[in-house]
Amino acid sequence: MIVELGHFALILALLVAVVQVVVPMFGAAVRDERMMRVAEPAALSQFLLIALAFLALMHAYVTSDFSVLNVAENSHSTKPLIYKMAGVWGNHEGSMLLWVLILALFGAAVAVFGNNLPPTLKARVLSVQASIAVAFLLFSLLTSNPFLRLDPAPSDGRGLNPILQDPALAFHPPFLYTGYVGFSIAFSFAIAALIEGRIDAAWARWVRPWTLAAWMFLTIGIAMGSWWAYYELGWGGWWFWDPVENASFMPWLAGTALLHSALVMEKREALKIWTVLLAILTFSLSLMGTFIVRSGVLTSVHSFAVDPARGVFILAILVLFTGGGLALFALRAKDMQAGGLFQPISREGSLVLNNLLLVTAAATVLVGTLYPMALEGLTGEKISVGPPFFNMTFGPLMIPLLIALPVGPLLAWKRGDFLGAMQRLSFAFLAALVTIVAAFAVEHRGPWLAPFGIALGVYVMAGAIIEWANRVKVGSASFEEVARRATNLPRSAYGTLFAHFGIGMLVVGIIATSAYREEHILAMKPGEKVAVGGFEVTFTGVERGRGPNYTEDIADFAVTRDGSPVTRLQPAKRLYDAPPQPTTEAGIHASWRGDLYVVIGDAQPGGGYAVRAYFNPLVRFIWLGALIMFLGGGISLSDRRLRIGAPSRTRQALPVPAE
Amino acid sequence: MRKLLTASVLAIWAIFLAMPLANAVQPGEILPDPALEKRARTISAELRCLVCQNQSIDDSDAPLAGDLRRLVRERIMAHDNDAQVLDYIVARYGEFVLLKPRFEVSTLLLWLTPILVLFGGIVLVIRATKPSLNAAGAPLSENEKAKLEEILASKDQ
Repeated sequence: MIVELGHFALILALLVAVVQVVVPMFGAAVRDERMMRVAEPAALSQFLLIALAFLALMHAYVTSDFSVLNVAENSHSTKPLIYKMAGVWGNHEGSMLLWVLILALFGAAVAVFGNNLPPTLKARVLSVQASIAVAFLLFSLLTSNPFLRLDPAPSDGRGLNPILQDPALAFHPPFLYTGYVGFSIAFSFAIAALIEGRIDAAWARWVRPWTLAAWMFLTIGIAMGSWWAYYELGWGGWWFWDPVENASFMPWLAGTALLHSALVMEKREALKIWTVLLAILTFSLSLMGTFIVRSGVLTSVHSFAVDPARGVFILAILVLFTGGGLALFALRAKDMQAGGLFQPISREGSLVLNNLLLVTAAATVLVGTLYPMALEGLTGEKISVGPPFFNMTFGPLMIPLLIALPVGPLLAWKRGDFLGAMQRLSFAFLAALVTIVAAFAVEHRGPWLAPFGIALGVYVMAGAIIEWANRVKVGSASFEEVARRATNLPRSAYGTLFAHFGIGMLVVGIIATSAYREEHILAMKPGEKVAVGGFEVTFTGVERGRGPNYTEDIADFAVTRDGSPVTRLQPAKRLYDAPPQPTTEAGIHASWRGDLYVVIGDAQPGGGYAVRAYFNPLVRFIWLGALIMFLGGGISLSDRRLRIGAPSRTRQALPVPAE
Repeated sequence: MRKLLTASVLAIWAIFLAMPLANAVQPGEILPDPALEKRARTISAELRCLVCQNQSIDDSDAPLAGDLRRLVRERIMAHDNDAQVLDYIVARYGEFVLLKPRFEVSTLLLWLTPILVLFGGIVLVIRATKPSLNAAGAPLSENEKAKLEEILASKDQ
């Protein structure tokens, strides 16, 4: 019964969304206030209806209602409660329901918080947002319905893939989706602005908080996925340039560019046309990601050809929204006034460079991800594009970006003082130099470029601090003055500090762990020792154990450092009951220096077990950096200038300066 | 033959989809000489595990990946250089096995994309900023010209 209610609510949500597309858009065209106002209650009820459908499906999962096909195929009665709940989005149909739920959530948030938007713009934004919802609700109901019943119901379900039964992964999709579905708002704003034919700095101020929120969640979502891969897949890798990862990384790159170009537009009215285009492209990449992950083209081009319904449907959505958006852009962009002028060496100039490099990087990842499929489709030739390709092409694009990163914020708008910026950065150059010398002194292994890479990360971190110190006048003003400036500095400045500092940390972590990773692969018998990353690791034996829904072989390792005990690591090999699938659980000892990472393998022919022990130096900097970037986004979002509703108040409070 | 190979690869792939992901290189496979072993690892990271989804043979514990790892080490012990080892593997398993495709006509667009987009972008930026820098020097419209003529004419009088 509850399942049918959910199904019904989803259909109702589709109808509400159709109303939300048509009525406010027409109302805005004929300037009918009442018709425009329909958008708000429609957006809210659309969200509530989808939420109801979502909860109904979750109820079916929690109560293990195997008469629902989706539950029977993806859940199991013995699964822990948290994974029953997370199981809702652990499969195609459920994850598409989560997709539309988040889409509707953003729409409802604009309806509630967008009080300062001009009524026509708000009506149009919500109408465009609803048109995306119509497309995906239709997709859900027609090709991926999670509410289909099964008769007779099986006695138990097939279970969730055990490597997905993990807390980080369970909550990774909601964050990731909040990120890349969130860019739909930027898209809706762009389309609405193109329809209005008017775009100004205020538009950028309205779009930025939504883009920032989406970007934050995408950042942390990607980081969670990477963190999960690191400890769950069992060989300590944290990024694989897998098409599924690329699918979320492309919108992240474009979204990061969008945040920066919207900044130029808000402050200087420049880059208007480009920002609108970037908003369209960013969400198009989100749609592309959805297509790559959800159509089945990934597993093989053949499985796509066998059951093309879903793939073709998403492809049609992709073509409709990207093509429609770009066509509208081509029609209307000419009418828009170009904004402020600037010299190449200026804050604007540096942000243009940022956009150029980020967009090139996104294009590289896009082409690299799609090329094998396209080539096979066109010529039948099969090639692979993997990590060595991406490292070789993406890496070099990031170097100029990171070098320029601390310089940009130190340049003035319109016309910057390059030598002055260099002077202010002297402390960062010094920090980089010290890092290079220290890295060569400490580590003799590894490629000779690695110390320079780590120094680049340190330089970015130092640059972020210098920018802040410069703004609060550290060194040139009294302590009270600095403290006063530090408290009065807008939160968005702290957001920049955190985000840029986080990027620097991420770079340090990536280079250090890639270049200086220590690896030992050996057969060990109980009692034997191995020295890894300054630790002594002693294998004491293997025991058999039983978890809630798996059996496991647990190995035991005693870890000592300079003779004193540090910890015991217990990596395991698990075999899940349903489906019967083996997984590896790594034993990890984390420290600031890096992670000791031990994995147990199969019993060896000559006695003993295969053991892999790694030391991954500074590897935590990768996720810590991402976390700091996430926090930076949050701090920036709490800035009252960005807070939705706040700008109108401050504008009234401030006297208008005479021109 | 090629079709048969593809079909069998797909079939094997379906079976091994459920394999655990860790425990790639086995202790017994490692070459005694660390320098040679290091070369083997570097080469392995560039070769695709044919029965896996987007994994190198260095990361995969599928039996076929193990066979390929041993093959790479055999070739290294037979004094092949890195390029010869790759050629040897490609000759048997096709270009598909390379995770970094070779620079060829069919991969031209792939390799040139970053450069084309970057330089295309630079050209666009230059073209977009130039007229705006000269905005003050834009030619006068017909109306403006007429008005100017009028003013000049009145001044002459």
